Amino acid sequence: MTRTPLRPLARILKARAQGENPDVIERENLRLRHEQQRDASRNRAEVRLLILGFAFFVAFSAIGARMGIVATTEAAEPRSFASGAEILAQRADITDRNGRVLATNMLTHALYAHPKDMVDPARVAGELAAIFPEMNAEDLTRRFTDGRSFMWLRKVLSPEQMQAVHDIGDPGLLFGPREMRLYPNGQLAAHVLGGTSFGAEGVHSAEVIGTAGVERALDARLRDPALSATPLELSIDLTVQAAVEEILDAGITMMNAKGGAAIIMDVRTGELLSLASLPAFDPNNRPNPVLPKDAEPGDSPLFNRAVQGVYELGSTFKIFTTAQAMELGLVGPDTMVDADAPMRWGRHLIKEFQGKNYGPLASVTDVIVKSSNVGTARLALQIGGLRQQAFLKSLGFFDATPVELTEAPGAKPLLPARWPDIVTITTSYGHGMSASPLHLATAYATIANGGITVKPTLVKQTGPRPGVRVMREDVAKESVMMLRKVVTEGTASLAEVPGYEVAGKTGTADKPKRTGGYYKDKVINTFASVFPASDPRYVVLVTLDEPVETSGTEPRRTAGWTAVPVAAEITRRIAPLLDIRPVVEAPPLDQLTAVRN
Amino acid sequence: MTEMVYGSSPVRVTEPVIPRWWRTIDKWSLTAIMVLFGIGLLLGLAASVPLASRNGLNDFYYVQRQAVFGVIALLTMAGVSMMPPVMIRRLGVIGFAGSFVALMLLPMFGTDFGKGAVRWFSFGFASVQPSEFLKPGFMVIVAWLMAAGQDLNGPPGKSVSFGLTVAVILLLVIQPDFGQAALILFGWGVIYFVAGAPMTLIAIIIGLVSFGGTIAYESSEHFARRIDGFLNPEIDPRSQIGYATNAIQEGGFFGVGVGEGQVKWTLPDAHTDFIIAVAAEEYGLILVLVILALYGTIVVRSLFRLMRERDPFIRLAGTGLACIFGVQAMINMGVAVRLLPAKGMTLPFVSYGGSSVIAAGITMGMLLALTRTRPQGEIGDILRRGR
Repeated sequence: MTRTPLRPLARILKARAQGENPDVIERENLRLRHEQQRDASRNRAEVRLLILGFAFFVAFSAIGARMGIVATTEAAEPRSFASGAEILAQRADITDRNGRVLATNMLTHALYAHPKDMVDPARVAGELAAIFPEMNAEDLTRRFTDGRSFMWLRKVLSPEQMQAVHDIGDPGLLFGPREMRLYPNGQLAAHVLGGTSFGAEGVHSAEVIGTAGVERALDARLRDPALSATPLELSIDLTVQAAVEEILDAGITMMNAKGGAAIIMDVRTGELLSLASLPAFDPNNRPNPVLPKDAEPGDSPLFNRAVQGVYELGSTFKIFTTAQAMELGLVGPDTMVDADAPMRWGRHLIKEFQGKNYGPLASVTDVIVKSSNVGTARLALQIGGLRQQAFLKSLGFFDATPVELTEAPGAKPLLPARWPDIVTITTSYGHGMSASPLHLATAYATIANGGITVKPTLVKQTGPRPGVRVMREDVAKESVMMLRKVVTEGTASLAEVPGYEVAGKTGTADKPKRTGGYYKDKVINTFASVFPASDPRYVVLVTLDEPVETSGTEPRRTAGWTAVPVAAEITRRIAPLLDIRPVVEAPPLDQLTAVRN
Repeated sequence: MTEMVYGSSPVRVTEPVIPRWWRTIDKWSLTAIMVLFGIGLLLGLAASVPLASRNGLNDFYYVQRQAVFGVIALLTMAGVSMMPPVMIRRLGVIGFAGSFVALMLLPMFGTDFGKGAVRWFSFGFASVQPSEFLKPGFMVIVAWLMAAGQDLNGPPGKSVSFGLTVAVILLLVIQPDFGQAALILFGWGVIYFVAGAPMTLIAIIIGLVSFGGTIAYESSEHFARRIDGFLNPEIDPRSQIGYATNAIQEGGFFGVGVGEGQVKWTLPDAHTDFIIAVAAEEYGLILVLVILALYGTIVVRSLFRLMRERDPFIRLAGTGLACIFGVQAMINMGVAVRLLPAKGMTLPFVSYGGSSVIAAGITMGMLLALTRTRPQGEIGDILRRGR
């Protein structure tokens, strides 16, 4: 314990000297000091209490003011329209390359019920069943009265239906705003767009997620809030797409086909100006993807033949064999090769179409023009299986196409497990391995692009993307000239469109049975072409599923009679739309007649 | 003669207790408390009906219960407010000791009622939350220590009271109950502030509190989720805050009408932590402002009366009690308007809850006892000032 000094020392000493009790003085002194200190602390506390009181006053006022602000703002829930604008812009629009709308959003409403708030569930059920044919009054009554407090009734409503539900006038029926995906062009480009459905659903809004096509493949881009105001521009040209679908549809009817696909691709950029597959569907009302038990996947309208349809593409493959042979320096366009049919390889017999023989010797150009299986097979054997595989791989035939569709990664080419010489032979004329029409279009675009690979895309590009050179430019040019001769002299004479120098190759392949082996009377006809041959700009590819041309005395099933005329009509219609000027041969001067002297 | 022989009958030299009490009590605060309790019952008529119907009880079961507890609380308050300051001090210290022991026993005998925090003792017919009773006693004992520390040759009151504070906060944090812990710390801080804390120290303490908050945020999932909900500007309409905000908006100035509100059906804590939302929805901004004014009156008036108090113990204890009372109300209402992060804290006298209302009665009884008018040496002040 610390001793405090005796204070005031002078008085205490004096008191001691006088014999008085110094403690009294000390206590008196202590009391005075205590009082002094108490007054000081009271004055200080007075100020601080004032501060505290003021702080409380301010804090309570702040809470009161905040209450006032909150109370005077509009309540969020019942004002569904006020939040509509915000919901509207959640998913970016999709347009074609010229800004025409392919997919946009529309504000609509979902219908839900709070059965516990219902005045008369039985009446409501009856009236709802009268408005919506798919609802059943008894079923609804049962569900309204089984004690649940919430249930969805419909995902979207038309304005008329909404008004009718309003008119029921029951407080237990409620509307939630919805952003609905709308495809104003109906079936047009349905397989490209795919479709959407509702994801997580709340009362105030629902998530719209892509279920197929571009909508699903580019879902993240479309839902990116930062880009919601910028429409996604596809490479599709709506006008071209419409023309292609119309002609393809007519062609399928005329050729009695099950279905068909058509692809228009820009050979420089890989942009797909049109990607059509018929029969199609309406993405506004996507059909149920579940098929009957024994149906083939290709029977569903949802099936995208251009991308998902993996077929043996037949003679269209021959140009790759001759191009590679020329690239390797084995032959030139005019080199004579052994084309003596039939050719025996082990226990296999390689024959020509209808048992013809284009040999014993034919030039490489003639092998393509006349579509000689034997000539191609001989060239393939010179190239060898390993080099053939490497070349086809470089053209993209060994991988799924990188196009921006959900369906694309699943459509991998079907390759033989092993690659003996017989596979080398059959592959050289397009049998034994299967690929999608889009694979083929991409490979033709590579040839037409001077031998530099292109990557197929559905998103509008600003210019060519860097590719890899897989063949010399002169080989590519020679190959295009050979394809041109197929049209002028060979199997695809019906493909000629005056002025547009169409160059292309036909392909007819027997359809494989699911049980093994091939059908005798079911074929896949393909015509892959590029135009104009002197400066190729576009690939036009048409595939028909099980066509048969019956105008002649006997049914004809070769591509030259089915796919080729359809492709020609497409080229004739779209070339002007794509700003390609026809090459018009100037008439001799002496045929000119002056209109007026 | 008889008187001379047998002595006169005892004559009261002082005024009778009740008249003196009535003369010296702060009648404004007393009225405000009564009105608040009345409002609490009125709101309970609406807000506790859903709970009663959920539990299969008579619609007004909880209102009746609350009325019983409320009468007990008001009687306790009146009784406590008649005590002299010395008795208040004794009561406070005993109360603190008792509830401190109860708090320590919580981890062993307590129950959490499925709410994730062990805060209650369950006695079947009723449950008791010791931390509610700890608060008034704690304020008294801290004020006593501080006041004693100010005496010449007095004990080291500040250090001892701080040690006590830390101990109580640790006990509350292990429950966990960060809200009450913050309230305890705040009460100690206010008393220290009025007792003359150096300004630099105040700044340092504010810094430490925010640091501690950060640590709590990092380490406790429960705490972090609540803070995040507050910082997240997007109100999820399905959260408690979302419903409360919506209710206030629906209510507007004059409310949707008695019994017409919807929020009480959706909010599980409508009768306790979010009673103000029920008030705002059914009776509008008007009633909310009245409630705010009542709390403001009690706190500001009490602080004003304590300004001229000579006795340091009375001054400090009164300040502490008034401040925790006011801050508790402030936090409750601040949460509903999203000025503060979500924190379960009852609105004293208004919210449903037996412990809560009786503890509030004790707190206010002590405060009223301490703010009673007593001679404060005004003449001496005047004379001294004249010197």
